[in-house]
Amino acid sequence: MIFFRLALFIVPLLLAACGSEQNDPYPASERGGNILYSAFTERPKHLDPVQSYSEDEGVFTAQIYEPPLQYHYLKRPYTLVAASAQAVPVPRYFDAQGRELPADAASETIATSVYEISIRPGIRYQPHPAFALNRDGTARYGKLDRESLQGIETIADFPESGSRELVADDYLYEIKRLAHPRLHSPIFGMMAQRIVGLAELGETLQSEAKSLPADTWIDLDRFALKGVTVVDRHTLRIALAGKYPQFVYWLAMPFFAPVPREVDRFYAQPGMAEKNLTLDWYPVGTGPYMLTENNPNSRMVLERNPNFHGETYPCEGEPGDREAGLLADCGKALPLIDKVVFSREKESIPYWNKFLQGYYDASGIASDSFDQAVRFGAGGDVALSDEMRAKGIRLLTSVRASNFYMGFNMLDPVVGGMAPNDRKLRQALSIAIDQEEFISIFMNGRGIAAMGPLPPGIFGHLDGEAGINPVVYDWVDGQAKRKPVDVAKRLLAEAGWPNGRDAKTGEPLVIYLDTTSGGMGDKSRLDWLARQFAKLDIQLVVRSTDFNRFQEKIRKGAVQLYFLGWNADYPDPENFFFLLLGSEGKVAKMGENASNYVNPEYDKLFGQMKDLDNGPRRQALIDRMNRILQDDAPWIFCFYPKSYTLAHSWLYNRKPSDVGHNSLKYQRLDVGERERRRREWNEPVLWPLFAGALALAALLLPALFYYRRRERASART
Amino acid sequence: MLAYLLRRLLYAIPILIGVNLITFALFFVVNTPDDMARMQLGVKRVTPEAIEKWKAERGYDKPLFINSQAQGTGVFTDTVLFAKSARMFVGDFGRAEDGRDIAREIASRMGPSLAIALPTFIIGLFVTVSLALLLAFFRASALDFWGVVLCVALMSISGLFYIIGGQYLVSKLWRLVPISGYAAGLDAWKFVILPVAIGVVSGIGSSARWYRTIFLEEIAKDYVRTARAKGLSELTVLFRHVLRNAMIPILTGVVVVIPLLFMGSLLSESFFGIPGLGSYTIDAINAQDFAVVRAMVFIGSVLYIVGLVLTDISYTLVDPRVRFE
Repeated sequence: MIFFRLALFIVPLLLAACGSEQNDPYPASERGGNILYSAFTERPKHLDPVQSYSEDEGVFTAQIYEPPLQYHYLKRPYTLVAASAQAVPVPRYFDAQGRELPADAASETIATSVYEISIRPGIRYQPHPAFALNRDGTARYGKLDRESLQGIETIADFPESGSRELVADDYLYEIKRLAHPRLHSPIFGMMAQRIVGLAELGETLQSEAKSLPADTWIDLDRFALKGVTVVDRHTLRIALAGKYPQFVYWLAMPFFAPVPREVDRFYAQPGMAEKNLTLDWYPVGTGPYMLTENNPNSRMVLERNPNFHGETYPCEGEPGDREAGLLADCGKALPLIDKVVFSREKESIPYWNKFLQGYYDASGIASDSFDQAVRFGAGGDVALSDEMRAKGIRLLTSVRASNFYMGFNMLDPVVGGMAPNDRKLRQALSIAIDQEEFISIFMNGRGIAAMGPLPPGIFGHLDGEAGINPVVYDWVDGQAKRKPVDVAKRLLAEAGWPNGRDAKTGEPLVIYLDTTSGGMGDKSRLDWLARQFAKLDIQLVVRSTDFNRFQEKIRKGAVQLYFLGWNADYPDPENFFFLLLGSEGKVAKMGENASNYVNPEYDKLFGQMKDLDNGPRRQALIDRMNRILQDDAPWIFCFYPKSYTLAHSWLYNRKPSDVGHNSLKYQRLDVGERERRRREWNEPVLWPLFAGALALAALLLPALFYYRRRERASART
Repeated sequence: MLAYLLRRLLYAIPILIGVNLITFALFFVVNTPDDMARMQLGVKRVTPEAIEKWKAERGYDKPLFINSQAQGTGVFTDTVLFAKSARMFVGDFGRAEDGRDIAREIASRMGPSLAIALPTFIIGLFVTVSLALLLAFFRASALDFWGVVLCVALMSISGLFYIIGGQYLVSKLWRLVPISGYAAGLDAWKFVILPVAIGVVSGIGSSARWYRTIFLEEIAKDYVRTARAKGLSELTVLFRHVLRNAMIPILTGVVVVIPLLFMGSLLSESFFGIPGLGSYTIDAINAQDFAVVRAMVFIGSVLYIVGLVLTDISYTLVDPRVRFE
């Protein structure tokens, strides 16, 4: 009877609870809202523009902060356009005597480059308590202490907020922050060599910080930065030592986003840091969105900045964009979405399933769901599976501005060296390791075999016959074809290792690959790699280690062969070729050249190439540099990865971009379509609940029956 | 009892110092301060000067254990070990290497962890004890046999399988609850129900078998026969006599884990997107964040000690013969 009464109570409750979309992970109040739902895997470490560098962080910072420049959303190759600036600045050059030089002056004659940036008037910051003012114009929250912060847990808890216009001085303040000794900007070392006076400012601030107790506010206004001048309220002038045309790309990164000093001062008040009330946690910017909820363990929410300054959707793009519907919103005010909710998903399974249920608007494709999402045609063409097409899902692909390579340590006596025989050993290995097979087996075809350091989309990369690596490939029937292993064997013999043995001593050739476990350390990949080496009778020994030891070995040059990759900071060939520059040698200079490759001719060509505008002369230099690298083979060029993204039918204007991360403002949703699809896909299945209850009853009833019989039974004699 | 508790607390101090010392040594065997700096600053464009500055600012430029350059007590106190450990013993965990307040982070993560762990623990205990009593009652019957087979089957399956299988069936196929996520307050129920159910089911096998063994041992004793001889019903015998006398071994395993419920579950929280403490330590180890690692190990040790003391106290409550003397 009790069970029956309980069932009478519970069953209607369950039925009521199990309305449609019972699996909706979002609050009911958000239904029908113009909200984009996305996910993040790694919690961002830094949101302060002076520190933030990784892509995980860029997803957030690029929507909030507004540097002077940005990349055109649709045009390819990537093109810089103005963001908060009026236009992309054109540098003026001066010699050592301060005389202005023509734009085409030789690099060696240029002592200083000056960039004058005009900021658009009328741009305003997002609402923030740091801008709230008293009637007398003083900061409303300028004199806080721990006691007055009681009851304040987040920025939203401050009852008042304000805003103000963006001025050139805010950029000066941020550039000074690059030198702040407590902020540890990753680009300070590099920028100190470029921006006039930044290195000196860094030293001054360092000694100032030492003289003060920890956490004491350092007023940057007290310290001058010689190379950066505020010309007027909306104009900033930056002087660089020598010529550095790549500087404009840095002006499109959050490192050069404005930071208002009152915000910095606001967060420096006592008790703020203990409550995580810092710029690193609650960024403040002029961008299209503002961070209104920051719980990086669970979810982060961006909401439309009500003060955003009337930027409109672009009206031109690359060929094919119009047909793809990417120009349909031409001229519309940005952003097109009111709110973006990022939920943390550490595991790929829930992430993928929530995407299929319509609770994420777009998703990447994890290896374990690749076959469910994508199929290859007979000609190797990629298409969506029937299941995805039935759901109206679209596949967006792009080649990333990244490269992956296996580097030889050129200081190593076996695989290094610049003698002809040394080169031949490396060339033989470049031929033997079948990158096409690797991409097919281990990357589900999501990559392109690399011919040199420059990926497609970067100036200097050539497709077709002109772009192949002639050391490794032949051009056959309109296609690049890897040279046969016999060619590699011949090169190996010429290098003094016939059949993989030392021609003089007969000792077998053993090559050591240092790797971190979990990366290239996956057993199947390493087994495959060992088989590639075995084609030349070379024995590969894998030395797996943790990340720290691997980095230490690289720094000390205690490796023979290693596997690494590089994501472009900006879309310029300089950003890839510098990885093999002699002056960047890891062992000698602690630079980025982990192979410790030194070729004076290459270095000289690099010096010429880096300062040139894109054009035939620069292309010729790049071709020559590529040829040198292909011959010297300090790297085995592995692949350029492809990104595959899936987007639901209701998400518009999504175009993959590898260098510009501020893409959220361009995207648009058809919320009605999403609601319809979600309802259709998420009707709950209730019969298992009833079946479960019946099964439980079926188990309990015999037990009850047995119990009663036993209790009523008489004792046996 | 007070003297006993005081004695136990005093014992705890050398244990905590030892745990802290071992944690410190193990961490710095694997990670040097330079490695920590590189991890925090990133691997791109980091200069040796930046690394030195980072270390100096966070006090990692000092010697680890002994400062031979210092005078007097400074030999021990002007070291990374002392600087990073001493304040922890007065409850000040400081900030994580990324600058965030550890105590605040722990406080915000504890709620979601408990939202999963507490119901799993209570419901799981109730279900497993009930099932074990049921099996003991039907001992040597077909129900007992198949119940034990079911328990063995349940305990043979990996915890990960329960999670993935549960998500597949309940969230993906039947679409009854969200597959992952979390919401604060009462809205948490629909996110919590599946991980709790999975936690309960995955724990049934081993616990029910263990409790069944305990109950069967008790059932064979003379006092049970006496109770039955008095004419008590089997249910009364089981619940009033057998269960009470079997409490000591049950409490040994149960009470000690109560404080550790605060630490959360790594797997469940990761798969269900629960922003709890379960993954905090693992994230910190991956990020080479010593400040968080030492804090979490310290808290884990304290909670374990508290659990053991609570277990001892609980013995006196269920068995009047046990005295602290």
